[in-house]
Amino acid sequence: MRLHLSPEDRAFRDEMRTFFTTSVPQSIRDAVAAHRELTKEQFIEAQRALNAAGLAVPHWPVEWGGRDWTPLQRHIWREEMQLAGVPEPLAFNTSMIGPVIATFGSQEQKERFLPATANLDIWWCQGFSEPDAGSDLASLRTTAARDGDDWVVNGQKTWTTLGQHADWIFCLVRTDPTAEKRQRGISLLLFPMDTPGVTLRPIELLDGGFEVNEVFFEDVRVPAENLVGEENHGWDYAKFLLGNERVGIARIGSTKRMLIEAKEHARGITVNGAPLSEDPYMTARIAELENELLALELTALRVVANSAGGRPHPASSVLKLRGSELQQAATELLVDIAGPLSVASFADEESDVPEWAQVATPSYLNYRKVSIYGGSNEVQRTIIAGSILGL
Amino acid sequence: MEFSYDDEQNGLREAVSALLARAYGDSEQRRRVVGTDPGFDEKTWGQLAEMGLLGLPFAEADGGMGAGPVEVSIVAEEIGRVLAPEPFVEAVVLAGGLVADLGTDAQRAEVLGALAEGRLLPAFAHTEIGSRWQASAQSVTATEDGGAWRLTGVKEPVPHGARADLLVVSALVDGATRLFLVPGDAEGLTRTGYRNHDGTRSAKVAFAGTPAQPLGAGTADQTAAIEKAQARARVAYGHEALGAMETALTTTAEYLKARKQFGVPLNKFQSLTFRAADMYVSLELARSTVMWATLVVDADGDVVAAADRARLQASRASRHIGKEAIQLHGGIGVTAEYKVGHYTSRLTAIDHLLGDGDWALARLAGSVGEQQTVDALQ
Repeated sequence: MRLHLSPEDRAFRDEMRTFFTTSVPQSIRDAVAAHRELTKEQFIEAQRALNAAGLAVPHWPVEWGGRDWTPLQRHIWREEMQLAGVPEPLAFNTSMIGPVIATFGSQEQKERFLPATANLDIWWCQGFSEPDAGSDLASLRTTAARDGDDWVVNGQKTWTTLGQHADWIFCLVRTDPTAEKRQRGISLLLFPMDTPGVTLRPIELLDGGFEVNEVFFEDVRVPAENLVGEENHGWDYAKFLLGNERVGIARIGSTKRMLIEAKEHARGITVNGAPLSEDPYMTARIAELENELLALELTALRVVANSAGGRPHPASSVLKLRGSELQQAATELLVDIAGPLSVASFADEESDVPEWAQVATPSYLNYRKVSIYGGSNEVQRTIIAGSILGL
Repeated sequence: MEFSYDDEQNGLREAVSALLARAYGDSEQRRRVVGTDPGFDEKTWGQLAEMGLLGLPFAEADGGMGAGPVEVSIVAEEIGRVLAPEPFVEAVVLAGGLVADLGTDAQRAEVLGALAEGRLLPAFAHTEIGSRWQASAQSVTATEDGGAWRLTGVKEPVPHGARADLLVVSALVDGATRLFLVPGDAEGLTRTGYRNHDGTRSAKVAFAGTPAQPLGAGTADQTAAIEKAQARARVAYGHEALGAMETALTTTAEYLKARKQFGVPLNKFQSLTFRAADMYVSLELARSTVMWATLVVDADGDVVAAADRARLQASRASRHIGKEAIQLHGGIGVTAEYKVGHYTSRLTAIDHLLGDGDWALARLAGSVGEQQTVDALQ
């Protein structure tokens, strides 16, 4: 039991902080801080800056660019990155398909995909959810039938985040419709988004942005060598991948940054002759959120320290559950501080409404997603009740 | 930053857990013990002393074990786990802590050695009716006449005030708060003990020109020292609450599996299991914060602020878990015959000794603009 960081970890934190605040372009970090939608080019530029410094895929195997850091160092890396407003390396690449290929892929797949995936030379998107397979992912119906040396894919995916930028998709498909357990007949296929038969339809979200898509497959031919691991074992890879998705999903650094913003903005608004930042109810609300966030960060530190052998600590479900709630609470706080200005979401350049107030409500509405994706919070409660409490 | 216990600390936990399981493994035993004065078991108190636990945080020169706040936290957690009514936090951490911090060499040797051996039970007489969780004294006064000090006024409720062999009393001296030692058999001292809702005991303690000995040699105001000792007690209470919350949760989970209604065990109802999951979330978040606060005490950091943070988190969790534990049990949860409600009662008492969650939040809110962020890593 020890409070302080070791001198090595302290030096590591300083190194990360310096890098993130000096080597990633300010314009990109400003865009993140302002909750603006990033362009594809900004994502790529930021990830390549990280990759060039060996900071894009530290959790990968060392031979593919990993850093063999301690869990605490990975935590510091992620939190400092979020605190500095650096866009995180694309999760679909670095947290999802990269580790799956590194663990289950063939040598050819590793050589072909991993370096390009780390550097965002290939932009991946996730073909998991379907209109009738959300939290109940195993009920997915997109099929792949073998025809000579190819798989032929038919069906539909949805909620495909940033699919409009994607070069490739990793896609769960049903390869054995007769399997007794529906989890058993699923495989994981990789194919380019410009393969004939793939079409994409953007879905407009409440915030006016286009972040997710529907993807349709009509007789899409995928070479057999693009199947990952073993046929009909895709469910195992999906579970492995979703476990990784949950790590770091608490986004503590990002919420911390929003609370810093909230305090700043509250200083600039006057209520009955005094700054809103001195209103007793407002200060109590912020103080309670700060304390909740501290509790979450400390829990994350306990969890990372005890996640031996790559298996997530059971309490990692707490991180997803509480992390999403606090992200949402912080966006809600910003809307409330903006008050009457919060309705002016799409004001034009002539408007005097500050940018933070304009984006506050769209962010708040957009962030409703965080308790839904990555295993909805209800799924997390099911996991806690079942695997931790034995209920 | 390191959150794991070493072998020696794990060994301590096992030993304390085994001793307390013998005493209170059966919750009926606790009911019997709290049914008669002094509200705890003198024999168990003696066994805690024999194990060295009552001198745990004190210097070896003062008759203690020279252990740290982590060891104290382990004992407090095990106390809470079985709801042992022995006044460990009250006597060792709070009253003993004040003597350790402020006492002269002679006072420390006399009080702490006897406390460690289980021969002397000290209690902190501080609360006064009409005030609420302040570190300073309000109306009890101390006056000096030719080097002799006398106290006048009333302290109430004083936890374990009737049984205590020695009272550590806060009193006003020309507007400053100072501490005094008053033996239980002092002249002009009237003590009226009674039972608290959680089975522990408190007392009305009245001083009528009661002779008292100043704690420590100086003449300076001791409010800050009271604040700090109370902060350490808040953290230790946090651990006692963690132990109690954990038992309340596991008891509830077991009950959901065993109890059948509508022909199925209750854990078939998602509306119930989800609520148990939320209790787990509250417990783990509180655990992280309280453990961290103990590390802050250990590192002699900003103990008062850390204790406020721990108190806020533990208070919210205690109320959530305590109330849900009863609700998920149903009617049996409000009976005195079944154990779970007693956990809620004790958690409620801890929450209101030394300041509750809203009280801590008000203090934290007062300084929210002073720091940009709250950093866990130091």
